[in-house]
Amino acid sequence: MGTRLINFKLNGRPVSIEVKDNELLINVLRDRLGVLSPKYGCGIGECGACTVLLDGEPVLSCLTLAVEVDGREITTVEGLAKDGKLHPVQEAFIEEGAIQCGYCTPGFILVAKRLLEEVKNPSEERIREYVRGNLCRCTGYVNIIKAIKRAAEKISCGKA
Amino acid sequence: MLKSPGPRLDPNKANTHILPEFEYLAPRTVEETVELLSKYGEEAKVLAGGTDLLVRMKQGVLRPKYLISINRIKELNYIKDRGDHVAIGAATKLRALEKSDLIKELFPALHEAVRSMGGVQIRNMGTIGGNLCNASPAADTAPPLLVFEAEVVIAGPNGRRVVPITQFFTGPGKTVMARNELLVEVRVPKPVKPTGSAFIKIARVAMDLAKISIAVALRMNGNVVEDVKVALGSVAPTPMRAYRTEEFLKGKELTEDVMWEAANIVRTEVKPITDIRSTAEYRREVSGVILVDALKKAMERLGR
Ligand SMILES: Cc1cc2nc3c(=O)[nH]c(=O)nc-3n(C[C@H](O)[C@H](O)[C@H](O)COP(=O)(O)OP(=O)(O)OC[C@H]3O[C@@H](n4cnc5c(N)ncnc54)[C@H](O)[C@@H]3O)c2cc1C
Ligand code: FES
Ligand code: FES
Repeated sequence: MGTRLINFKLNGRPVSIEVKDNELLINVLRDRLGVLSPKYGCGIGECGACTVLLDGEPVLSCLTLAVEVDGREITTVEGLAKDGKLHPVQEAFIEEGAIQCGYCTPGFILVAKRLLEEVKNPSEERIREYVRGNLCRCTGYVNIIKAIKRAAEKISCGKA
Repeated sequence: MLKSPGPRLDPNKANTHILPEFEYLAPRTVEETVELLSKYGEEAKVLAGGTDLLVRMKQGVLRPKYLISINRIKELNYIKDRGDHVAIGAATKLRALEKSDLIKELFPALHEAVRSMGGVQIRNMGTIGGNLCNASPAADTAPPLLVFEAEVVIAGPNGRRVVPITQFFTGPGKTVMARNELLVEVRVPKPVKPTGSAFIKIARVAMDLAKISIAVALRMNGNVVEDVKVALGSVAPTPMRAYRTEEFLKGKELTEDVMWEAANIVRTEVKPITDIRSTAEYRREVSGVILVDALKKAMERLGR
């Protein structure tokens, strides 16, 4: 089995790393690059805990080969804060107490970020539909939805 | 007795953290891909979004020596208006279909089916070609493509061939494609006259595969059905058309009585099994109910 050198952007910074053909993106991020926000939940696409943004779109790092991100851009929660200030979605999650054990949180935050780029003021139904690929085992859905609504307000008021 | 549709999970082989070893190949053209498939035969698998394939590899069900990624092939990723049909590249992401106004306007049933699939992450990764080639009886793009009488274009060592989607599926996980062939395009003919279409899926939870699904495409002439196509998922070894139900409905007025009579016919046409998601009895019963619902929805879309 081969290895190859891949180059990609991780949270805005260029990364160059030798990966094995069968290495998964999540393992490269967590075990080799020390990026710990993507979480290993189910490993088979069901829970969304391993979500990262690939060229801005949410994908599952547990089902993505590292070789396939060569030349592309990965964003994780580590890359959301700007100049020491949290992203409005992160702030809203804290303010609404939308975090219990926190295992699902990075996935929800990234998906919510993308949703709010696509839709300015999503209805509750739209939010629920959009986050259906993310599971919260602490079942904190009510506060998570509230947080996403609050984040939408923050962004549209420009208070962000 | 419960019969699981999927292969058993072998705890000695399953590992959801680490994939078994393989060699990764990333050809740039369709021709190159077909060459590699011909060279490696049974030992190779095409990798598109990986949302079916990598899961099965982690479960220890499949263990290919070579993964041939088609994700770097630009000529497989497009949605094009070709006048009388819309052409969709096999590696086009489900999310691109969901966002396409062309698909939404011309083929509402396909649009609805795609929107119902997985979560947003799965739709950003999964492709239409992967959904069809995986050939699950529950493949959600299949019923709409069956009612729109789509065709698929398959590339092999001797060039390309066009196969009607109605002949594409041959069994659970099986298609007419040979090991050295690649699905390259899906062609969906544009309806020539106003057509109402709808897709309905019943699943246990929002993220699950269908217990049962249905698509209809309906054309009316005055008060009577001029033409209707009905296709169902998860009720037979492959996604299926309900030809007898269609024949019965043609030329009839769509009254409640007629629709419920059609419901009884579709119940005799489906060949459901009991598995982890549902029972044969439930599927048979509900096939009639969702037929009526889908017909009503299609009528509404025709402005009736
Ligand atoms: C959590 C989760 C939820 C899901 N929900 C749904 C759902 O609601 N509805 C549904 O229908 N499916 C669902 N799926 C299944 C899957 O996401 C879809 O079938 C998807 O469309 C597969 O596409 P892919 O590109 O990821 O395929 P891959 O996994 O890359 O490939 C699937 C199979 O097709 C072959 N293949 C792929 N492309 C080609 C080609 N061009 N030519 C020849 N062979 C090819 C591969 O070799 C492989 O055998 C779900 C999966 C997961 C993990
Ligand atoms: S760990 Fe990737 S979806 Fe659950
Ligand atoms: S906060 Fe614990 S899983 Fe969601």
